[in-house]
Amino acid sequence: MSIQYLGLKKIDGPLIVLDKVKDVGYEEVASIKLEDGTERVGRIVEIQGDKAVLQVFEGTKGLSLTNTRTKFTGKPMELALSEEMLGRTFSGSGRPIDGLGDIYPEKFEDINGKPLNPVARTYPRNYIRTGISSIDCLMTLIRGQKLPIFSGSGLSHNKLAVQIVRQAKIADESGQDFAVVFGAMGVKNDVADYFKKSFAESGVQQKVVMFMNLANDPIIERILTPRCALTAAEYLAYEKNMHILVILTDMTSYCEALREFSSSKGEIPGRKGYPGYLYSDLASLYERAGVIEGSTGSVTQIPILTMPNDDITHPIPDLTGYITEGQIVLDRSLDQTGIYPSVSVLPSLSRLMKDGIGEGYTRADHSSVANQLFAAYAKVQDARSLASVIGEEELSETDRKYMRFGVAFEKYFLTQGFNEERTIEETLDLGWSLLSLLPESELDRVDEELLKEHYDNETAEKTFVI
Amino acid sequence: MNTIYSINGPVVRVRDTRDFSMLEMVYVGNNRLIGEVIGITEEFTTIQVYESTTGMKVGEPVYTTGAPMCATLGPGIISNIFDGIERPLKEMEKLSGAFISEGANVSSIDTEKLYDVTIEVKTGDELKGGAVYASCPETPVIRHYCMLSPMLFGKVIWTAENGQYRVNDIVCKIEDRKGKVHELTLCQKWPIRQPRPVAERLLISRPLITGQRIIDTVLPIAKGGTAAIPGGFGTGKTMTQHQLAKWCDADIIVYIGCGERGNEMTQVLEEFSELIDPKTNRPLTDRTVLIANTSNMPVAAREASIYTGITLAEYYRDMGYHIAIMADSTSRWAEALREISGRLEEMPAEEGFPAYLPSRLAEFYERAGYTETLCGKEGSVTIIGAVSPQGSDFSEPVTQNTKRFVRCFWALDKSLAYARHYPAINWTTSYSEYVDDLAPFYEKEAGDKFMEYRQEISNILVEENQLMEIVKLIGSDVLPDEQKLIIELARVIRVGFLQQNAYHKDDTFVPLSKQLLMMETILTLYHNAQNALKAQVSMGNIMSTGLFEKVIKVKYDIPNDKPEIFEDYKSEISNVFSRLIAEENERRAV
Repeated sequence: MSIQYLGLKKIDGPLIVLDKVKDVGYEEVASIKLEDGTERVGRIVEIQGDKAVLQVFEGTKGLSLTNTRTKFTGKPMELALSEEMLGRTFSGSGRPIDGLGDIYPEKFEDINGKPLNPVARTYPRNYIRTGISSIDCLMTLIRGQKLPIFSGSGLSHNKLAVQIVRQAKIADESGQDFAVVFGAMGVKNDVADYFKKSFAESGVQQKVVMFMNLANDPIIERILTPRCALTAAEYLAYEKNMHILVILTDMTSYCEALREFSSSKGEIPGRKGYPGYLYSDLASLYERAGVIEGSTGSVTQIPILTMPNDDITHPIPDLTGYITEGQIVLDRSLDQTGIYPSVSVLPSLSRLMKDGIGEGYTRADHSSVANQLFAAYAKVQDARSLASVIGEEELSETDRKYMRFGVAFEKYFLTQGFNEERTIEETLDLGWSLLSLLPESELDRVDEELLKEHYDNETAEKTFVI
Repeated sequence: MNTIYSINGPVVRVRDTRDFSMLEMVYVGNNRLIGEVIGITEEFTTIQVYESTTGMKVGEPVYTTGAPMCATLGPGIISNIFDGIERPLKEMEKLSGAFISEGANVSSIDTEKLYDVTIEVKTGDELKGGAVYASCPETPVIRHYCMLSPMLFGKVIWTAENGQYRVNDIVCKIEDRKGKVHELTLCQKWPIRQPRPVAERLLISRPLITGQRIIDTVLPIAKGGTAAIPGGFGTGKTMTQHQLAKWCDADIIVYIGCGERGNEMTQVLEEFSELIDPKTNRPLTDRTVLIANTSNMPVAAREASIYTGITLAEYYRDMGYHIAIMADSTSRWAEALREISGRLEEMPAEEGFPAYLPSRLAEFYERAGYTETLCGKEGSVTIIGAVSPQGSDFSEPVTQNTKRFVRCFWALDKSLAYARHYPAINWTTSYSEYVDDLAPFYEKEAGDKFMEYRQEISNILVEENQLMEIVKLIGSDVLPDEQKLIIELARVIRVGFLQQNAYHKDDTFVPLSKQLLMMETILTLYHNAQNALKAQVSMGNIMSTGLFEKVIKVKYDIPNDKPEIFEDYKSEISNVFSRLIAEENERRAV
């Protein structure tokens, strides 16, 4: 019979303080029983002599200094794991909430995970085809990559995420299992429903593990949600050799939960009140993507975050961008002109794409097309800003051509139906025909032979209605 | 017996003890995790632990070692990959698998490997600190010199025969003046936070040649110099550092991945073992040391990784090598300082960073230098630190304080990166204070016109920058032809010279001689076009020659080993322009 501690010393927001505790470990989990028989889970966040500070995952509502019995489990926070998790829905702290009962665990793992040894990693190389032109061609998603979507409130990031989940295909189709782990942090009820419904409709539900922490669920649980999701993902990828796509939404809610928790602990705040360790904390999540030696599985992450006030320099997108391997940025002005997916091409980037495209993966000319499209679209922006000052009529001949190219690019390349899936060949060919709208001399990022093979101004002029 | 009193993340306190000294290395808890004493008051001794403290309990023992945090220095460091406190990651993988677990106790360097040791001293020799007593080949390109610890001196009383030895075998014994005998092995220890002494700091006079045009020509860095690469995410800090690590003419590269991505370290490992160094015909790993403390590894070890890296560099410098350190990124290191400072409840200065941030940065960058070593050779440590400013805002504390202690500032620019102009070093906001120091070297080694051309190229870029202000407002059509020429020529410089393709076989590294010829060609074009304008040839006619496009493509069209082709270009340019002028004169005569 283990020791139970009666009552509490202090309650402060989500934190409780216990007195005269003995023999407890840092980050150990405790169960807190209330007088009415309900149970809550807490974790030690600081020990000082015989005093222990615990965070209570379900919140401290209803706790008093006298009505609790606390028992320590002797273990850090663990998640029960089994292949049966596929198709199931769990709470943000890993309890089944779909009414189908507990799973039979094959093993338990600490949800904090352990840092992956860099020498045990395999450099990610093979790409995941999403069927979306802007992503496949310009910011290719690579297996084992972490590529966030930077969005804003009201933009179509959820729709895009669903489309990626539905269309995502592993390039070499080796017949390996592909599954999705979905972690929702502080999302609205109807957003959660939208994801559930969309997964059911597209028939991928049996391949999805969901962890749900809704907007009105306790914030401490929100801090556990991505960790539970990633623990499940690592288990399925590295022990069951599956390719796992992890979608985490919304990282902004997660960071805000972290801030709330940090300030209730009385920590010194860094920028905008976020704790000084926000970078390390986010890294402990994002770095759990990858491919390791000795396993054929992979963990690919697409975290979604809404940039507060569409500000990409806000600490959350900023620190995320420093950790992740690129970013897909959605743009409000494109969205307003009815372009879906409203991917803002210039600030978007995939750092790993250079090694996962080209001959043997996509097509030999992929990087040339992508580079040229980027460069050309950058010039479109220059021409547009000039046009807004001196008027379109005053532009030089070349600048006017860029303006036309810009319109066609947005209308034919970026714009894509929610159910439209383009193969990589279609996407690259489309890129070439759009580039053919420009004078040949402007295409300085591709070499002569490729130009000869693909440049065809006449057909391009006929194909696109601008 | 000292026991743990409190635990808060990586910070552990011991109560009521006087056994510890400041910056002493300690073992914490039953798992004997490595820690370092960072604060002592009458009541508490504060320790930062370099591994995760999950599961650690109050009352577990803390062991003293009596010595500060040390790096083990000896053969076996090169081509290895270490974590922030010099534990070899490959050995740790063998021990605990793909994920790093706590308390792994492994020796920094391989203690079983045999080296072909040549003894460099004989019985009776008087040795001073830093003197070489033995040497052995460490990798096919690096010879390792075992040096007497700078603190020791004395007379050799015994030496082993030349032959094969392990790092811990005794190869030499010396007796100091007090009659104490010291046994010397192939390795030694050195406290990581203390700079290794040198005989003398020498004046900076030689560039670190990188093969990157914007750096070598416009913003050069010296051997023994310091540089910072600040830039927001996605601007290519890591890419630039990789390029420098691959191509710069240092003998040894120490690459510190400090709080960055795990996949990047894997990439360095893979790429560097495949890439062949043209100078030695051996893989780049034969001259590279990697220190990987990725962002998800314990934060206290991230703070130490910078010091571990520079200590290894100084050790090889003392042997007479030229070392370049890539620290990616110093901002993560500063954040580790901030995090620990926060846990210690210190009074924060700007943006939560501790008030001692500038002095720590200064201590780090001042360990660079071109020196005469204790054993009488010349060696240098060059530090190139990446800075990741929050929100790409260069006014934040880490960038601003770094700027005070480096003499080369390569500011990466988001808009250049968006336009995929790489390396995205902004030529107007960046600077190098080494230009004057290095001018004699360039004029002697790269051609006496080098600095003159460099100045002319810079002037054109500055002028373009001013003109662009006007163009942004009213378009380029209204400019007079002379100014249009500046804009067109600046484009040639930007696209054809400053932009460099890291994936192109010739363009990834360009020797100084080709850089000079490229500048010469561009300026030939400029001067000829100027003359043509004076002869009333219109700008449209000049542009329609196609020469501008041709010169832009020079970087791809002329291989690095065929400089003679440049002559053809120059004569073609002057021929075309003389024809243009002749035609124009004829037309006017009619």
